[in-house]
Amino acid sequence: MIRLSGIERVYHVGTDEVHALRGVTLEIGSGEYVSIMGPSGSGKSTLLNIIGLLDRPNTGRYELDDRDVTGLEDDELARLRREKIGFVFQFFHLVPRLTAGQNIELPMVLAGIEPPERSKRLRRLLAEYGLEDRAHHRPAELSGGQCQRVAIARAMAMGPALILADEPTGNLDRHTGQEVLAVLERVHTGGGTLAVVTHDPEIGERSGRRLRMVDGAIVSDSRD
Amino acid sequence: MRAADTVQFSWRVLRGSRTRTLLILLAMGIGVAAVVAVSSIGEGARLYVVNQFGSLGTNLVSVLPGRSETAGAMPGVLLGRTPRELTLDDALSLKRSTAIRLLAPLIVGAGDVRAGARRRETTVLGSTAELMAIRRMEMTQGRFLPAGDPRHSQPVCVIGAKVAAELFGARPALGEWLRIGERRFRIIGILASQGESLGFNTDDIVIVPLAAAQALFNTEALFRILVEAKSREQIAQAKADIETILRERHEGERDVTVITLDAVLATFDRILRALTLAVGGLAAISLAVSGILIMNVMLIAVTQRRAEIGLLKALGATAAQIRLAFFTEAVLLALGGAVLGLAAGKFAQWAIGQIYPSIPFTPPWWAVIAAPLTAIATSVVFTVLPARRAARLDPVRSLSKR
Repeated sequence: MIRLSGIERVYHVGTDEVHALRGVTLEIGSGEYVSIMGPSGSGKSTLLNIIGLLDRPNTGRYELDDRDVTGLEDDELARLRREKIGFVFQFFHLVPRLTAGQNIELPMVLAGIEPPERSKRLRRLLAEYGLEDRAHHRPAELSGGQCQRVAIARAMAMGPALILADEPTGNLDRHTGQEVLAVLERVHTGGGTLAVVTHDPEIGERSGRRLRMVDGAIVSDSRD
Repeated sequence: MRAADTVQFSWRVLRGSRTRTLLILLAMGIGVAAVVAVSSIGEGARLYVVNQFGSLGTNLVSVLPGRSETAGAMPGVLLGRTPRELTLDDALSLKRSTAIRLLAPLIVGAGDVRAGARRRETTVLGSTAELMAIRRMEMTQGRFLPAGDPRHSQPVCVIGAKVAAELFGARPALGEWLRIGERRFRIIGILASQGESLGFNTDDIVIVPLAAAQALFNTEALFRILVEAKSREQIAQAKADIETILRERHEGERDVTVITLDAVLATFDRILRALTLAVGGLAAISLAVSGILIMNVMLIAVTQRRAEIGLLKALGATAAQIRLAFFTEAVLLALGGAVLGLAAGKFAQWAIGQIYPSIPFTPPWWAVIAAPLTAIATSVVFTVLPARRAARLDPVRSLSKR
């Protein structure tokens, strides 16, 4: 599903050059559950952003579903993100003025899906993530765990094949974090591909495949 | 993204930050209201002048003694000599023209008017029976001056409503005697109140037969001759006839000035239209200022909503969709401001109208269309920069900070 080869990503901070990724070559198959771990600044998030088409590598080649996406136009990338990729963030990134239901609906609105179809899907998602009684609440009225469940439901709204989560439990207490993780893992059991960036070794244990990064390079890649 | 969804999305943004929205609406509204109110004052002034001329009849042609080469200069003043007088015979000779329906010679002076013990200084007009039709006068009581040979006169007069009220109070004035200077006149009619009409307040005058005025002021010279052409199309013919006839009578000298009200009206109309346009344009500057305010607020919004914009991009929004969201927001603000402003401008126009009821304040059609369009155009133009900035935001960096 995902094939990265020789990916380099260099940031310019003032006059310094920061090598966030150095020659990353990686293949992730369809339906895999991958955790990406490593110390801060090791390039985990950069890797996730490149996989998620939010960032572009300076050199290297990226194939998504056997298609080279390295040189695509911004609008084409946006279309791929919309249809194939769902994001879950550490800080949820819910739109504060919208209700939980409206937040979940947002990707479908951006995709131009007709309202009847939208509300049908929304009802299903709310039921699936146990948010039916929270649909009309705003994020400020929800707990952290509920917020993240809304965010996951939103990521799943367009039925993407790939879910990318950047520290999804990093802002939650341990118990809630495990709950949220269980919800996230349902994506994997449902046949989707799941990649999670995390600091938490326990999450690493639960994934089928563990990548470890140091200084912008993958130093270990282990599977159960 | 469906158009309805775009509008709804922007609508929720606007509802989400009410203070900001209200402030922009206020600024936009003031701009639009200023354009509407100010231009309706200008238009009111124009219509006022046009109506004033209209009440005189636009087929009116005035003949003045003396020749004025340039509009605005007093006839004769430039040449430093007294013009030849216009006489009653001059006036009567104009009846030869087929383009002229009516004419009324006019003498104007100030008279000391007394009735019993009361007295007051007032304008005394000497003219003929035709004056009533030419100046569109109406009577409340009695009748106007009798028709007949203007060289001879009866001792009768017609008085304005205000003169009647001040000299006789509640007592009936009709049939009473009035003394002007050393002469006595019987009041045969009282004019209906018409108010001010181009310098003459018909409420505050006494009209006597021409011959009586000649004797009263001891002059043969006419102040002017009022002529009514048979139709609007015949005004030019009437003017030409007047000039030809009077030149013949004045030994080939063109020593009169013929003013057609039509031309004066057109000039006033042009000047006041230009003025209205100018003040409307000045008011539109405030609209441009509110455009800058919108740009300011939108730029702040781009910074404040960085994370949201980054999120929208991560969810698959294209740059065009982000730009459109900002433009929609700007247009909604402009439309809201325009509606508010039109309402406020209308209210202001109504309020001024209550203070000056005689002036028909009304916004010109172009202001009602141009003000909202300017509001929308400026807000769209001033949103170009913020919208582009938002669309270019790097999603990774926008999302990385909380």
